[in-house]
Amino acid sequence: MVAWLTGFAIFWSLVGMAAGIYVAAELVWPTLDFGREWLSYGRLRNLHTNVVIFGFGIAALMGTAFYSVQRTCHVPLFAPGLAWFCALAWQVVILLGGLSLLAGWNGGKEYAELEWPFDIAITVIWVSFAVVFFGTIAKRRIQQIYVSNWFYGALIIVIAMLHIVNSQAIPVAWSKSYSLFAGAQDAVVQWWYGHNAVGFLLTGGFLGMLYYFLPKHADRPIWSYRLSIVAFWAFTYSYIWAGPHHLHYNAVPEWVQSLGMVMSLVLLAPSWATLVNGVMTVAGAWEKLRTDPALKFIVLSLAFYGLATFEGPMMAIKSVNVVSHFTDWTIGHVHSGALGWNALITFGTFYFLLPRLVGAELYSHSLANWHFWLALAGVMLYVLAMWGAGVSQGLLWLSLDEIGELRYSFKDIMASMAPYYALRLVAGCSFFIGAVLMAYNLWMTAKGRSVVRATPPPVVGEAW
Amino acid sequence: MRAIDLQRRLERHSGWLIFGILLVSSIGGLVQVLPSVLDDGLATPAAGTVPYDPVALTGRDIYIRESCSTCHSQQVRPLLAEVLRYGPFSKAGEFAFDRPFLWGSKRTGPDLHRVGGKYSDAWHRIHLLDPRAVVPDSIMPAYPWLAERPADSGGMIQAKMRALRRLGHPYTDAEIEAAPAALQGLTEVDALVAFLQGLGASGSGGSP
Repeated sequence: MVAWLTGFAIFWSLVGMAAGIYVAAELVWPTLDFGREWLSYGRLRNLHTNVVIFGFGIAALMGTAFYSVQRTCHVPLFAPGLAWFCALAWQVVILLGGLSLLAGWNGGKEYAELEWPFDIAITVIWVSFAVVFFGTIAKRRIQQIYVSNWFYGALIIVIAMLHIVNSQAIPVAWSKSYSLFAGAQDAVVQWWYGHNAVGFLLTGGFLGMLYYFLPKHADRPIWSYRLSIVAFWAFTYSYIWAGPHHLHYNAVPEWVQSLGMVMSLVLLAPSWATLVNGVMTVAGAWEKLRTDPALKFIVLSLAFYGLATFEGPMMAIKSVNVVSHFTDWTIGHVHSGALGWNALITFGTFYFLLPRLVGAELYSHSLANWHFWLALAGVMLYVLAMWGAGVSQGLLWLSLDEIGELRYSFKDIMASMAPYYALRLVAGCSFFIGAVLMAYNLWMTAKGRSVVRATPPPVVGEAW
Repeated sequence: MRAIDLQRRLERHSGWLIFGILLVSSIGGLVQVLPSVLDDGLATPAAGTVPYDPVALTGRDIYIRESCSTCHSQQVRPLLAEVLRYGPFSKAGEFAFDRPFLWGSKRTGPDLHRVGGKYSDAWHRIHLLDPRAVVPDSIMPAYPWLAERPADSGGMIQAKMRALRRLGHPYTDAEIEAAPAALQGLTEVDALVAFLQGLGASGSGGSP
């Protein structure tokens, strides 16, 4: 099942990135939708974000959670039938949900666009996921619950809480509902959800992956157990407060904004505590970077994790946010996290995991190295292009001349973005080609499993 | 109990771990989000802010369907440059009937909260169907299908207004009764233009 989830995750990553490249191309050539609704930028962009975050991200997290929880608890999964239900039903939701987005079903809240029938289906699957995961932990044979499971557990609990509150709506038809909250209140609830979906899914969930797979890769224990405890609880406590930094200078109360800013800065401490823990765990195993392509991905992902979790709090400072808000800088920040951190750590994990799951050597180290450099070039170019675009937008929009009049028209500033948007398209293609190489490499690995047979890591009573 | 003992208990009992995570992660929401949701001041309509009429409501739902808020914000920040560029800054009470809110997080195109009345209906119509006909450098998609479809092709307007009334929007029976007639003969682009022309015209801002 973990191999299947790996396959689904790779499939959704390719679909999601292809949609991303297409919308990036539409910003360069706006007639690329050929007048078709379902190719229109607004709809395709929602497909891109949903398929990448919920298709790729959750499939990868669910797969690695099921894999690592069995190994850290030394028992097979609780309710394996239910686990299969989660794994398969989730893919159906992403497929049908994706199609519904292209058909124009849209709840209108960012990263929560799927309409209420899907919201209910997601809730059911999520509760099943929780039953399988915590059921497995409850019957564990190891007294202590390993740190990766705390993070996966926080992912499951907090995402459930956010999703259920933020999705409250009154249905009108299958395709339409109205939010229970209105206006400024809706905004506060939505960004509590939106920011923490990033926090507990894209940060917390993937930290669970890090805490299991990094020590495995490096063949060394976590550097400081105590630091991981402090970082986990501080992270879980403080992340949830940071949402209102998406609403600086918007029509919500001043105290909400300021609290959001302060807690975003506080968040730097637990984020970087984990970074230190990760880097110190690898320290002493650096020579493995020469021989293990998977570890290279994970170490690079840690670097981007550090950069993105530093950049985030900086952008949450109101005087920085004045410039960065509403600009492409935000898009660059998200992608340095999503491509640099989430995608790279997942790719590294898959390069490690899939050969073990199918019992074969990785098909090609050289293709994996090509993937590494294409991905690095892609994410660097992407971030640079969006910094350039975002900082110029932010400063030019605010620029006044000596008599206090606006210096530039919106239209002219928008037109000056063309080179940055073109560069972003190139960057996205580079990252995508790397991912295609990985898909081919892992496919060939799975096909070649009968040729070379390695011993999978033993787990007592494991039936997978 | 020392902190490390507490941690020992949490990491050895899955029930305690679940409880601990729930407790620690909900404090922020309770202290920061819940008061805003209970704050009537944020939900009180500003002077002149009224529920969307059937045509504007239909237009707003088309705006949501096409995800216009991906590229257009509806939130003028209280900064000199923004007030000069767009008009009076946005106030919470102006959004009291916005379900969901459409403030957006990105301005690939300009803010639209004060766009009402700035351009003619004819300009909007041409611009929506073929943006480059009026703004040569525009990278906005064209929406030709909006001109081809009746505004309320699903016949949902009365169900929508009733749902909103349950949420507290003061529609009268007579208004709901008359809604289909108001949409009679209009296309989706008509409804969307009506919505855009009403933006920011209510409330303390007023159209420039």
